[in-house]
Amino acid sequence: MTNNGMEGPEQKAYEQLHRKLEGKGLLFILLTTVAISIGGLVEIVPMFTASYGPEVHAGVTPYTPLEVAGRDIYIREGCYLCHSQWIRPTRAEVLRYGEWTRAFEYRYDRPFLMGSRRMGPDLQRVGGKYPDGWHYEHMRDPRSTSPGSVMPPYAWLIDARVDPADVTASIRALKRTGIPYDLNEVSEVEASLQAQGAQVVTNLAGAGIESTWDTEIVALIAYLQRLGRDGSAVLSEDDASASSGAGEEGDR
Amino acid sequence: MTRPLFPPRSPPRGATCTLRTDRPVNQPRYDDKIVKMFLGATILWGAVGMLVGVIIALQIAYWPANLGLPWTTFGRLRPLHTNAVIFAFGGNVLFTGIYYSTQRLLKTRMWSDALSKLHFWGWQLIIVLAAVTLPLGLTQSKEYAELIWPIDVLITIVWVIFGANLFGTIAIRQVKHLYVAIWFYISFVITIAVLHIVNSLAIPATLLRSYPIYSGLTDGLVQWSYGHNAVGFFLTTPFLGLMYYFLPKAAERPVYSYRLSIIHFWGLVFLYIWAGPHHLLYSALPDWAQTVGMIFSIMLLAPSWGGMLNGLLTLKGAWERLRTDPVLKFMVVAISFYGMSTFEGPMMSIRSVNGLAHFTNWVIGHVHSGALGWVGMISFGMIYWLIPRLYQKELWNAKWATYHFWLATIGIVLYTLSMWMAGLMEGLQWRAIDQQTGLLQYPAFLDIVNRLMPYYWIRVVGGTLYLVGMVMLAINYVKTIRGPETAAAAVPSPAPAD
Repeated sequence: MTNNGMEGPEQKAYEQLHRKLEGKGLLFILLTTVAISIGGLVEIVPMFTASYGPEVHAGVTPYTPLEVAGRDIYIREGCYLCHSQWIRPTRAEVLRYGEWTRAFEYRYDRPFLMGSRRMGPDLQRVGGKYPDGWHYEHMRDPRSTSPGSVMPPYAWLIDARVDPADVTASIRALKRTGIPYDLNEVSEVEASLQAQGAQVVTNLAGAGIESTWDTEIVALIAYLQRLGRDGSAVLSEDDASASSGAGEEGDR
Repeated sequence: MTRPLFPPRSPPRGATCTLRTDRPVNQPRYDDKIVKMFLGATILWGAVGMLVGVIIALQIAYWPANLGLPWTTFGRLRPLHTNAVIFAFGGNVLFTGIYYSTQRLLKTRMWSDALSKLHFWGWQLIIVLAAVTLPLGLTQSKEYAELIWPIDVLITIVWVIFGANLFGTIAIRQVKHLYVAIWFYISFVITIAVLHIVNSLAIPATLLRSYPIYSGLTDGLVQWSYGHNAVGFFLTTPFLGLMYYFLPKAAERPVYSYRLSIIHFWGLVFLYIWAGPHHLLYSALPDWAQTVGMIFSIMLLAPSWGGMLNGLLTLKGAWERLRTDPVLKFMVVAISFYGMSTFEGPMMSIRSVNGLAHFTNWVIGHVHSGALGWVGMISFGMIYWLIPRLYQKELWNAKWATYHFWLATIGIVLYTLSMWMAGLMEGLQWRAIDQQTGLLQYPAFLDIVNRLMPYYWIRVVGGTLYLVGMVMLAINYVKTIRGPETAAAAVPSPAPAD
């Protein structure tokens, strides 16, 4: 039992050293920990420093309570599993979905919902692309607006209700992560939900659809209609100032 | 004649060992009951997880299969499928193999039977909680880390229990040197703990909901460092550990090269972590991070293929047994798929290739060539080797093991080929620009979706074949353990680490 197969003239120095290491369990565990830590530290830590962290842009505002509720429904139903929120900077993507996504647009995204698979189209700039009534019909029966779609219907969103107390809990938690909300009480959150929900309800009524401000479908529509709009506004502003700057150059 | 780069050594590594001299050596009595418990759980959850996989594959080909109920839609069942096959099937199979081999490699019973039991029941509780919460839509949305925060806390506790038990066993070992399989188990315990904790840090809003402490792209980078390394350190390194124990056992050959195992172990554990950002190529993540992720992903090819070669070359001199031994059939195909997917992965991490492949079915095909091909097949090989030895009974139907092998192999081929074709097709059509007009050549997204239907159906067939094989294994297992003792079975009692 003495021959362990490791001895002999062929053995390289590092093999002998490693053989010794194999006899020291704790050291082996520590070295493994070091080996697996380096890559993560090098890549992730800089994300928290100012020079590499997401650019801050005043034009991007936090999600409203109704949009937070809608986003939570989007997460609950696993929408992100088939729809990305991430337009890549290529010509075809910009033609198909609009301006490519900048880092600052994700600023208030907790969790991020960039997605990894496009069973359906990207939703980064779906906000404002279709009327509220379209989204309502699309959730009720996807094939009524999009013939040939493979999306399942989400008819239960029409009747299910958003609980203001639940949304308040979300807002409080999001506030603790550092998002600047000045809403604290359930009554304030409920007022905000009701005000924004009423707007969606009015839009739906214009399409002949009856709904109430506290239904899940209204919250989801509010979230979807919000997607990409802040970013688009900021980007077109930047464009405008850039081209006016170029104009001045030309005048000189 | 030149000397081979990695000369084989004999006698086989692991066939002999140095016992510790600092304490009296006892004849160990191994805890095989815990191994049997994990094995039973593996087979049950494997069948369930793969069944859910077939259902969601069908839902894409035929949307009415979503059944119109909230808890049966694709969006809720897909996380159930991934969690079930990775953590319920994959997890239990790893614990089966680790508890069996660690005791024998270290010539000692597990440090604590109580911790072993807590680990087992804790893990099964997590699985049941996942199976309840995910269909209810309770999710954190991070892929493979969907479970809500109270379950995350439970996972942490159970993981610490497992780690303590494994490290405790290492501490009381009667063998001086740690065999290569143990190195991989160590990397598994440490890395999964780090990844799980870092990625799950969140502020709870209610008992059922929380928001991560990271936002936007930082959250994305943390998640994909987790997501990629869950593949690396849950589905790759510990399974390599199983390969290093069970392949030499099944082939009755020594591991090909000790030197290669040192190099590829440290190469893998160091390089893998860096590769996460390849999931965010062409995003707004800083360019340097994307490039570093890409470069390290490409470098990963070397240690990955090191492992593949060490596995395949271990079979040198045993190749003729492939014709008759289903265990070796499974293992060789597993290692081959490991080689293929670890070639494909680095290739898909090249920025320009990723530009085509990302968001498409190609990625799904890639994942499944690794999951069905590598993880599934090495597990099945190990299980068919273990059953007769654990229960001291001959397999109820050895022919079924061979049928299972062929069903699974054909299933994988149908699955991966259809997804490769579907992925290439949609990737190319999404990006095609009409040279005359400068506009999109296929502007209607839904037309592209509908062109993929034949491939989605082929995938359903492939997945079903794979599931049928799994069910045959389950039946074979139940029939075997319920069957009569085959006294003095043809199967020798497994000698402790020999």
